[in-house]
Amino acid sequence: MTLLNRLLKSREALLSVAGTALLGLIALRAPGFVTPGNLASVFTDTAILIILAIGQTAVILTRSIDLSVAANLALTGMAGAMLNAAHPEIPVPLLVLASAAMGMALGAVNGLLVWKVGLPSIVVTLGTLTIFRGSAFVLSGGEWVNTFQMSPAYLALPRATLLGLPMLAWLAVAVIGLAALGFARSPVGRALYAVGGNPVAAVYAGIDAGRTVFRAFCVSGLLAGLCGYLWVSRFAVAYVDIAAGFELDVIAACVIGGVSISGGVGSVAGAVLGALFLGVIKNALPVVGVSPFWQMSISGAIIIAAVLLNTRAERRKGRIILRHRATAGQEAGA
Amino acid sequence: MTMLTPNVPFSTGQDRAGQNRGGQDRAELGRAPSPTPPIRRIPDRTDAPLTALLKSWEALLLLLAAAIFTANSFASPYFLDVWNLSDATFNFTEKAIVALALAFVILAGEIDISVAGIIALSSTLMGATAAAGQPMPVVVGVGLLTGLACGAVNGLLVTGLELPSIVATIGTMSLFRGLAYGILGDGAYTRYPEGFAYFGQGYVWEWLSFEVTVFLGLALLAGFLLHRTSLGRAVRAIGHNPTAAAFSGLKVRRIKFWLFAATGLAAGVASVMLTSRLGSTRPSIATGWELEIVTMVVLGGVAITGGVGTIPGVVLAALVMGLLTFGLGLLNVSGIIMSIVVGVMLIAVIALPVLARKLSNRMRRSTP
Repeated sequence: MTLLNRLLKSREALLSVAGTALLGLIALRAPGFVTPGNLASVFTDTAILIILAIGQTAVILTRSIDLSVAANLALTGMAGAMLNAAHPEIPVPLLVLASAAMGMALGAVNGLLVWKVGLPSIVVTLGTLTIFRGSAFVLSGGEWVNTFQMSPAYLALPRATLLGLPMLAWLAVAVIGLAALGFARSPVGRALYAVGGNPVAAVYAGIDAGRTVFRAFCVSGLLAGLCGYLWVSRFAVAYVDIAAGFELDVIAACVIGGVSISGGVGSVAGAVLGALFLGVIKNALPVVGVSPFWQMSISGAIIIAAVLLNTRAERRKGRIILRHRATAGQEAGA
Repeated sequence: MTMLTPNVPFSTGQDRAGQNRGGQDRAELGRAPSPTPPIRRIPDRTDAPLTALLKSWEALLLLLAAAIFTANSFASPYFLDVWNLSDATFNFTEKAIVALALAFVILAGEIDISVAGIIALSSTLMGATAAAGQPMPVVVGVGLLTGLACGAVNGLLVTGLELPSIVATIGTMSLFRGLAYGILGDGAYTRYPEGFAYFGQGYVWEWLSFEVTVFLGLALLAGFLLHRTSLGRAVRAIGHNPTAAAFSGLKVRRIKFWLFAATGLAAGVASVMLTSRLGSTRPSIATGWELEIVTMVVLGGVAITGGVGTIPGVVLAALVMGLLTFGLGLLNVSGIIMSIVVGVMLIAVIALPVLARKLSNRMRRSTP
């Protein structure tokens, strides 16, 4: 296959084209939207979704799912904000590290339940979702941590600009870079693909499948913890219900980006593009004069369309023969 | 999806590999059948029926329900009042009705995350119909038909277009609730025709509410369908092995389609009741119910990987969750703390049998 051919067939390229076309359409109605400055702010606005989608990609690659990321974010965000409010003297970088570590510990709980006890990840994370968010309530007693209670340094970090972009965006860039490298080039990253693609073959190749799934949950938790800090400091408030339901946006970003829910297929670039696609739509709707209330149904329709395209693209020749025979039998009976 | 993955033959000496794989197999979403079936130990003789019953999941749930019931009656002097008990049913019957239908979908190896979205859309359209001055039967008809139509959309996406149900219904969840938001925005429908209040607030006889009556009727119907008809066997067969089910002449797609449609209809029924009970519709109605309903089904002993589960289990799980939240409510425990309890229960109830089995295996190995 020539390079051009391969490029045309790649999901990431397709998504980039679709994204550019979308931007073009928006530009027809609102030229101001596609200025570099505005696009940068859309990127910043989507940074948290991007980071979470990368963590989720690691988990989905291993045929698992992590529904608890948003609750993890809420709990770590709340814990970090309360710690900052109570002890403003603790340096901010330390707090960020603590948030990430706490998120990772919560992710490890998910991972251990899936790895050591052997529970289905969807059930485990459904349970920990309610437990984490409930714990955020217990921790805070339902109180809010407001702007004036947090130290200025705590709130300033994501806003500090470097070369015209806020730190929040640079952090997302750093996570994207590290993850792209790690997924594609490190043994642990390759193991994610191997375990999701064919667990049996992965075990024969000497990969510890259970441990790999555990690691994926740790990565997802770590990034959720980091986002806990970012979310709270960006919106300058912490309460129990922050990011409620955000886990489904995160999964949607992965799915739009071509990460296959049956494991083994997907890339960091895809997840990032999927998240950006959702981010652009969210930010563009008010600009082009569509009520933001329609945003949810539009992203729903896009998710379905994206899965449809991806499922079509995923069918492989060898399988089609078998599939046809099976479905032919079914249809003859029907 | 990997409908047909070639079996990798395991010969002797693969025990370690098999064990390593074990966690991963169960870790997957359960939509793709595992490449090799887990080694199943077949006991020399099966337990006597009574022993089997006592050891069953349902017995465990019944015990749990009884314990919660007893604890509740000690905790609050008002609990054992018959009207109070009747009130206690309202907070779970609507969810339980959807759970009955969703149990079939999960038994068939699929999942439907969009049920709460369907409830919201159905409620919104009922509100719009009522606002247009339509009489009560039309309003109810719109509610039920919306549910059925949404379920049919899910069914088509999963069976016709062969999308993985978890992603397809995450999409339709956004779509359905999004439509409700698009239609209503930040408004609300609060006027419903005369007689509409009966479905959520009426009583059939003395303290026996309409909601509970419908729930009990549907539970009997679901139990009969699953445990006494060939359809029930077919659903289990599909959940265990869709390929084998297709090869043995079952109309896998058609059955799955109707299971999704029925789940949509059940969500429509729940929507009629909930809307009638609240007397108003906002697009945020029934937010988060999808996870509670799935929890109910899984707690009821239905394996998320399909094929295993009973209707009595689901009914008991609904009872356990309902009694627990109501009892804690009587004790003035906040709703969000209840959700922690439910989350812990979900994981614990599923993890404990696994851990117990592991422990007993280890003990058996150490005492040859």
